[in-house]
Amino acid sequence: MSGSLRTWLLDEAPHSRGQARAGAFYRQWLAFRQNGLAMLGLSIVLGLVLVAIFAPLLAPYGPSAQDLDFRLQPPSQRHWLGTDELGRDILSRIIYGARITLGIVLLVVATVAPVGLAVGTLAGYFGGWVDAVLMRITDVFLAFPRLILALAFVAALKPGIENAVLAIALTTWPPYARLARAETLVVRKADYIAAVQAQGASGLRIVLRHVAPMCVSSTIVRMTLDMAGIILTAAGLGFLGLGAQPPSPEWGAMISSGRRFLLDQWWVAAMPGIAIFVVSLGFNLLGDGLRDVLDPKRE
Amino acid sequence: MMEKPLVAIEDLHVTFRTRTRDVAAVRGVSLTMGKEKIGIVGESGSGKSVTGRALLGLTPPTGEVRAKRLEFDGQDLRGLDPAGWRHLRGRRMAMVMQDPKFSLNPVMTVGQQIGEAYRTHVKAGRAEARDKALAVLEAVRIRDPGRVYDLYPHEVSGGMGQRAMIAMMLVAEPDLLIADEPTSALDVTVQMQVLAILDELVSRRGMGLIFVSHDLDLVAAFCDRVLVMYGGRVVETLKASELAGAKHPYTRGLLDCVPRLDRAQRELAVLTRDPAWLDGR
Amino acid sequence: MILSAENLGVEFTGLKAVDGASFSVARGESYGLVGESGSGKSTVLRALAGLIGNWTGTIRFDGRELAHDRDRGFYARVQMVFQDPYGSLHPRQTVDRALAEPLAIHNMDRREARIEKALEEVGLGHGFRFRYPHQLSGGQRQRVAIARALIVEPEMLLLDEPTSALDVSIQAEVLNLLDALRRAHNLTFVMVSHNLAVVAHMCARLAVMNRGKIVEEMDTDALRRGEAKDPYTRRLMAASRGYDRKLAESFKTLD
Repeated sequence: MSGSLRTWLLDEAPHSRGQARAGAFYRQWLAFRQNGLAMLGLSIVLGLVLVAIFAPLLAPYGPSAQDLDFRLQPPSQRHWLGTDELGRDILSRIIYGARITLGIVLLVVATVAPVGLAVGTLAGYFGGWVDAVLMRITDVFLAFPRLILALAFVAALKPGIENAVLAIALTTWPPYARLARAETLVVRKADYIAAVQAQGASGLRIVLRHVAPMCVSSTIVRMTLDMAGIILTAAGLGFLGLGAQPPSPEWGAMISSGRRFLLDQWWVAAMPGIAIFVVSLGFNLLGDGLRDVLDPKRE
Repeated sequence: MMEKPLVAIEDLHVTFRTRTRDVAAVRGVSLTMGKEKIGIVGESGSGKSVTGRALLGLTPPTGEVRAKRLEFDGQDLRGLDPAGWRHLRGRRMAMVMQDPKFSLNPVMTVGQQIGEAYRTHVKAGRAEARDKALAVLEAVRIRDPGRVYDLYPHEVSGGMGQRAMIAMMLVAEPDLLIADEPTSALDVTVQMQVLAILDELVSRRGMGLIFVSHDLDLVAAFCDRVLVMYGGRVVETLKASELAGAKHPYTRGLLDCVPRLDRAQRELAVLTRDPAWLDGR
Repeated sequence: MILSAENLGVEFTGLKAVDGASFSVARGESYGLVGESGSGKSTVLRALAGLIGNWTGTIRFDGRELAHDRDRGFYARVQMVFQDPYGSLHPRQTVDRALAEPLAIHNMDRREARIEKALEEVGLGHGFRFRYPHQLSGGQRQRVAIARALIVEPEMLLLDEPTSALDVSIQAEVLNLLDALRRAHNLTFVMVSHNLAVVAHMCARLAVMNRGKIVEEMDTDALRRGEAKDPYTRRLMAASRGYDRKLAESFKTLD
């Protein structure tokens, strides 16, 4: 990085909104960079994203390209991670599977975070009957066992990755609502909230512009730490045959079909297992690092 | 005349290392004191609290303490190991902090904590510790020590909590008490009472007292000598009785900028900071 | 009289925080409320500002009786400055954002010019506009809080211990600033403080509160001449003069 950009970013008296924001971000990045494990987590997650984006370029074979002459081959020069029972290249399937995993991650984030934040901050800020109604709804959803709900969904609709994600999202948001509510209860007593009240701001404006931003960082941290669990649940559903369906190269489904050969051709189940393990670990390390940097109590 | 000083500090430096730069919080402070009341006065960031804490070995790990001399009762404190500090802290030197709410353990009664503090330093049975605790509670003029003994910290008022805190620090009869803004969180009338108690205890027991505060008038009325700190240095040392004759413009500025009850002014004097003060006048 | 409170009461779970307080403030006047912690002085101010909803009695502003819920029009005329400059600014918002918010709430025009002018008026200038609160000192933060209150051009400022968290030299600067702004904009101040000398310096008239009640109301000049009659006021005055061991021992303990 050039010296002048660094000076611009670390300027104690920024000259524009953009510079102020970039500077604050850069300072957090400097703090984050100190944490080696978190950087490892970040590289794993970035790796997952890149692999998913460039899957067609990176994969040596198509994800469903069968070569029945080369069934259940051990890892070799030709197939780095071996082949499965239909002669498909496991490496290529894992690479394409990254797209599915990333898709699950994005879908869950896009549904869970806004819903949880909205419910939690509204309940926490307004209190009274708003709080009672919203939190009882949250309790209802919290009471659903995740896998049973997924089973019910699949039975009612049809097995597939979309329904699995739906089931995961429906059972994942309540803890976020509770987290956001707990933070809101603290934040709403702060003087800076009283200050905007005394400026005449409406309740909704205060929640959206002043309270919610204070809850975002803990939501991001919790989301990242939960991501491993979400990926594992999606894989678990795939393994049970309730999530992604063959021939989709979803990692859980791959383990499921590979388990028949576990003793003699271990790589068929082990390779996607390792992929799940590494990505989950990456999200956890990233989450730990983010918690250290974003924790509002640190300031 | 030249008896062994209770505290001898020479050229004390405390530097905090942060990610981006080093911050010199204390830069060359020297102090020699006997069993007297010393006030250290300054505004936030002057290094007054850091000085007090360095003497107690309570500098956070990011801070580095250097000194030509750092002695307590003839013992060199530089490079003292944790066991050595434990032996000194509480037993021979103690500290009273600003807010009793954060210094008292919320799940133990006031009396238990005082008894516990006593038993940490002196071999004593429970009954003896209890008697001792009741005695010091009485010494800090709590009228019904038996009742207060059984109260939890959240059940006592700020003034009483601070007196309980002082009682806890005094129970092992230390030779030096460091009080860091001990009354700043209290109302003025309560503040007076707490100070009177400290005053009495210090003169009766013959302790040394280092009183760290931002309030120059208060410190001058209370202590024998006053050190005025600015930017990590002592800019002026005064006998408390000679405060009116303070020479340094910073000390004068501090005295002048406070609104007074006895005279009306249209505008308050404003302290103009001279960068030269940072280099020691 | 621009503001008056009659028989104001606030009760928190059985405790009477404010008990029958009555006072009135003339337009352009600076009025002080003095008391120690728990005296109810800040609660009075918060009731005036509409920040607590369970007060009883009557509050009149500019001849109209105020309801518990205030409309935006009220806040365009009455603004508040809080005690703790470390707590009253949003930690994730720049000075610019803090100043733009009241302008957005009150739909005011020429926002760019107003923000620059407000910063100028409190002696900060453009260089501070895009900083975050953690990049400012306590005195600078309080200046931002004052700019934020003044930017909507109110007639009255409610000041809740505006300098008690600041060093004395910074306190002098902020008090001078407030006084200058009051005269420049013909503002009415209601100021709460535990510091008798600060209130005496800033206000022409003051009320002393103890345990929820106003025990005495008087002119500052009379106070300075030692004409206070109430024993609590006299004691507060004595304590404010500085430490005196004999005096301190004369106080009965409040256990």
